[in-house]
Amino acid sequence: MQLHVNGRLHELALDNRTTLLDALREHLGLTGSKKGCDHGQCGACTVLVDGRRINSCLALAVTLDGVEIRTIEGLSDDGALHPVQQAFLDRDGFQCGYCTPGQICSAVGMLDEFDQGWPSAVTTGGQPAALDAGEVRERMSGNLCRCGAYMNIVPAILDVADAAAGRSSA
Amino acid sequence: MEFFRPTSLAEACQLKSEHPDAVPLCGGTDVMVDINFDRRRPDALLDLTGVRELYEWSRYDSHVRVGAAVPYTTIIKELSADAPGLAIASRTVGSPQIRNRGSVGGNLGSASPAGDALPPLLAVDAVVETVSATNRRRIPIHEFFLGPKRNALQPDELIAAVHAPVAGGPQQFAKVGTRNAMVIAVCSFSLALHPDTGRVGTGIGSAAPTPLAATQAEDFLSAELADRWTGPAELPDDVVRRFGELVAGAASPIDDVRGTADYRRHALAILARRTLTWTWAEHIRRAQ
Ligand SMILES: Cc1cc2nc3c(=O)[nH]c(=O)nc-3n(C[C@H](O)[C@H](O)[C@H](O)COP(=O)(O)OP(=O)(O)OC[C@H]3O[C@@H](n4cnc5c(N)ncnc54)[C@H](O)[C@@H]3O)c2cc1C
Ligand code: FES
Ligand code: FES
Repeated sequence: MQLHVNGRLHELALDNRTTLLDALREHLGLTGSKKGCDHGQCGACTVLVDGRRINSCLALAVTLDGVEIRTIEGLSDDGALHPVQQAFLDRDGFQCGYCTPGQICSAVGMLDEFDQGWPSAVTTGGQPAALDAGEVRERMSGNLCRCGAYMNIVPAILDVADAAAGRSSA
Repeated sequence: MEFFRPTSLAEACQLKSEHPDAVPLCGGTDVMVDINFDRRRPDALLDLTGVRELYEWSRYDSHVRVGAAVPYTTIIKELSADAPGLAIASRTVGSPQIRNRGSVGGNLGSASPAGDALPPLLAVDAVVETVSATNRRRIPIHEFFLGPKRNALQPDELIAAVHAPVAGGPQQFAKVGTRNAMVIAVCSFSLALHPDTGRVGTGIGSAAPTPLAATQAEDFLSAELADRWTGPAELPDDVVRRFGELVAGAASPIDDVRGTADYRRHALAILARRTLTWTWAEHIRRAQ
C-alpha cells in the first residue's frame, strides 16, 4: 500500500491490522507520534489527516491510502519551526515532552477548526470572536498531559491564536 | 484477518451477505479499542470508510436523513438547527479527535446504553434505515435496542442512515460525568418539545440495559403542557418536580464503578428538571 506522509509517498507492505501509529513509528521511523494508551484517551498519537486531527492509534493504516497525513516531523517549514512549535518552546509548554507532539498537532488542527467557525461544547450562541483559555481547554480536551503542563500549554496556544488574529486584522 | 474495502454501499452489502461475520469498521473509535486490547479478534473487517454514500446527509419533507458514517463534527457544524438534541449530544462525545471520526452509525452499531447519540434519537422518534443485499428496512428507534450492546440488525445488514424529523421545538441533552475523553456518562437525558404535535419526547442513557424513553413522564408532561403551548408562561414547580420523578422512575440503573443506582436516579431527576427548564424557557422566548 501507499502512505502519503509529510509530503512524501511511501510504499509499504503492512499487515492489515497495523494501526497508523505503528506504521509511522515502526515502519517509517517517525517516532515523534507517541503511544500513550493505544485506545483514544490520551491524544499523544494525534496526527493530521487531510488537515483534521485524529488519534492515529485508532486508525488502520490500510484505510488511509490516498489521504495526506501530517505528523509532528512534517510541521516545520524548511527548518523553521511551525508557530505552534515555537510558542511551546517560548512558553515552556512541556516537562517530560511525551505528550508534546500530540499536543502540537492537535493545536494546529484545533486552530484551523476555530478559523473555520466550528463551535465547541462550551461555545454558547454564535462563534466567539477570539479563543479564550476556557475555549482552548475544551478544544484541547482530547490531549492529556501527565506532567500537568497545562499552565504553559494553554498560554502557548493563545499566543499563536492572538498573533494570527493580529496579523489578519492588521 | 481478511480486510474488505468496498467503495459503494451496494458492494458493501454484497460483501456483508457473503461474509456475515465481517465486522463493519467506520470511525473505528469502538472497534479499534477492542482490537488493540485484544477484546475482539475478528476474522474479517468490512471497512466502510470508502463508501461515500454513508458520509452524506440530506433534508427531505421536513426530515433529515443522516448517513451512518457522518462524523459528530459534521453533525455539530451542520445539523445544530435541524437536529439540535443530537448536535448538543455530539458536542459531548469523547474528544475532538474522537468526534472527527466517530459516527452515529457506530454509536447505533455498538448499542451501548451509554451511547450519547442515542437518547436524543429516542426523544425525536428517529428511524434507523438498514440495508442488505436484498432488503431495505426502516426500524423505529424504540425497537432497535434489544439488550446491552445488542441491536436489531441482522447479520447481513448494515446501517445506512438514521432519519429524524426536523426539530419543531427546543431540544436538549445533558449528561453527568466530566466532558472529557476519559469519561463515559454516568447517566444522560435528552428532552425534545414538539409543539406542533403537542407532545414531548425523552431518552435516557446509561441507566438501564438499553437506552430507553420515559413514556410515563412523556404522557404526564404532554398532558400538563396541553393548555400551555400558546401564550406560554413559566411552569409550576410541582410539574417540573413530578416530571423529574417520573423520569427517574423509568430507569432501572445498576451500581457500578461509575456510580450507584440511587445516585443515578437522583442525577436523572436533576437532568430531567434542568432540561425541562431550559427547553421551556426557550419555548417561551420563541413564543414572544
Ligand atoms: C476515548 C474515547 C471516548 C469516547 N467517548 C464517548 C462518549 O463520550 N460518548 C459516546 O457515546 N461514545 C464515546 N466513545 C465511543 C465511540 O466513539 C462512539 O460509540 C462512536 O459513535 C463510534 O462510532 P465509530 O464510527 O467510531 O464506530 P466503529 O468503531 O467504527 O463501530 C462501532 C460498532 O458499530 C458497528 N458499525 C459501524 N458502522 C456500521 C454500519 N454502517 N452498519 C452496521 N454496523 C456498523 C461496528 O461493527 C462496531 O460494532 C468513545 C470512544 C473512545 C475511544
Ligand atoms: S495513544 Fe492514541 S490516544 Fe493515547
Ligand atoms: S509534558 Fe509530560 S506528559 Fe505532558
